[in-house]
Amino acid sequence: MKNRSLVSIDDFSTDEILHILDLTVEFEKSPTRKLLEGKVIATLFFEPSTRTRLSFESAINRLGGKIIGFTDASYSSVSKGETLNDTIRIVSNYCDLIVMRHPIEGSARFASEIATVPVINAGDGANQHPTQTLLDLYSIRKTQGKLDNLNIFMVGDLKYGRTVHSLVMAMSRWRATFNFISPEELRMPEEFKLYLDNLGLKYYEHNDFTEIISKADIIYMTRVQKERFSDPIEYEKVKNVYVLRNAMLKNTKENMRILHPLPRVNEIHQDVDLNPKAYYFEQALNGVYTRQAILCSLLGIK
Amino acid sequence: MKEPKQLSVSAIENGTVIDHIPASNLFKVIQILGLDRIENQITFGTNLESKKLGRKAIIKISGIFFEDEDINRIALVAPDAKLNIIKDYEVIEKKVVVVPDRIVGIAKCMNPKCITNFESVTTRFIVVSKKNVALKCLYCEKITNQENLEII
Repeated sequence: MKNRSLVSIDDFSTDEILHILDLTVEFEKSPTRKLLEGKVIATLFFEPSTRTRLSFESAINRLGGKIIGFTDASYSSVSKGETLNDTIRIVSNYCDLIVMRHPIEGSARFASEIATVPVINAGDGANQHPTQTLLDLYSIRKTQGKLDNLNIFMVGDLKYGRTVHSLVMAMSRWRATFNFISPEELRMPEEFKLYLDNLGLKYYEHNDFTEIISKADIIYMTRVQKERFSDPIEYEKVKNVYVLRNAMLKNTKENMRILHPLPRVNEIHQDVDLNPKAYYFEQALNGVYTRQAILCSLLGIK
Repeated sequence: MKEPKQLSVSAIENGTVIDHIPASNLFKVIQILGLDRIENQITFGTNLESKKLGRKAIIKISGIFFEDEDINRIALVAPDAKLNIIKDYEVIEKKVVVVPDRIVGIAKCMNPKCITNFESVTTRFIVVSKKNVALKCLYCEKITNQENLEII
């Protein structure tokens, strides 16, 4: 995978995804190694993102790499009106790899065409966030011991959530069954349901949590954001329907784990945190190892 | 007395006739094929009566024979176009246009948040449906469908 960019999860074949997951196992065992010594990684955050940026920076620092970049476009030449084209051309000269988050959709694909070094998409607007998908896959495989034929429950904002869209596409490679739990206004978009129909995969839609969660292998929670609703009354009606509480987990499977891309607000009650089935904080830690695996594989080090 | 049948646009000796262009898209066809930048003799008629299209346009280009790949680029704006290849005033071949698998340039991505609408990037699409044309942007990965199709 040397010198390739990672813009969309579909850029990687199933074998390549599995290769990244296997490498991640190695990095989890020994995350502090000088593999990136002498390498300069640019982290260009055109919009703020604390979690993803810190995860990348931790991954790079633990491997001995150096970081250049900015955390907010208002401090960079972008605020003087420089085009993305020019920024990427120039930064390409200064580094061995670019990690970029940008609010405009498709900006990462465009950057990867211009850059002379690999580009990792750390989120391009509502479009793609492939390192999140890879760390989700790693967390699922690690907790379930496999990726095949799992029952995945997705809860909350399924309309705008790019992480759930990418995860649906990715998990369909391993013939998952899906249960989508969301308010009417935030249903999984038609195009993804069509995609599953064409593959002959089963999915079910629900308005709320019911006893069916006893069938779940993975519950993937997302935040329901107030600003997504055209009618504020609709939000008030549903805001407490999609909150996961410890008492609801009584009859769930032993192997079931709860994931969340974070940050969470109130959709997972804090009383869940101590339940051994809560996995979201470990999931975030897995993100560091996964990003180490991605960085080293695109740089041809692993 | 019956009026004699007359050609609205005079015949050419050698070249290509593109017929059944929707009148409203004549200038888009001219632009896509770059006919405004060549020196060959070109004649066209527009707002001609057509049973099928209501008002159609026709273009006759002397001395040019298009490759299929080039001519298919007009499929988005003139899906029913028919081509007659002329040699010595005779039609020697007839062709229809086919929507290609990929579209480069020509169309605008309908997603207002797409990079192609912010910076000077040539648009690129995969054609995901040919019947009711649907284009998937290679940048933002959103679908632009027939109703929202805008030609650049």
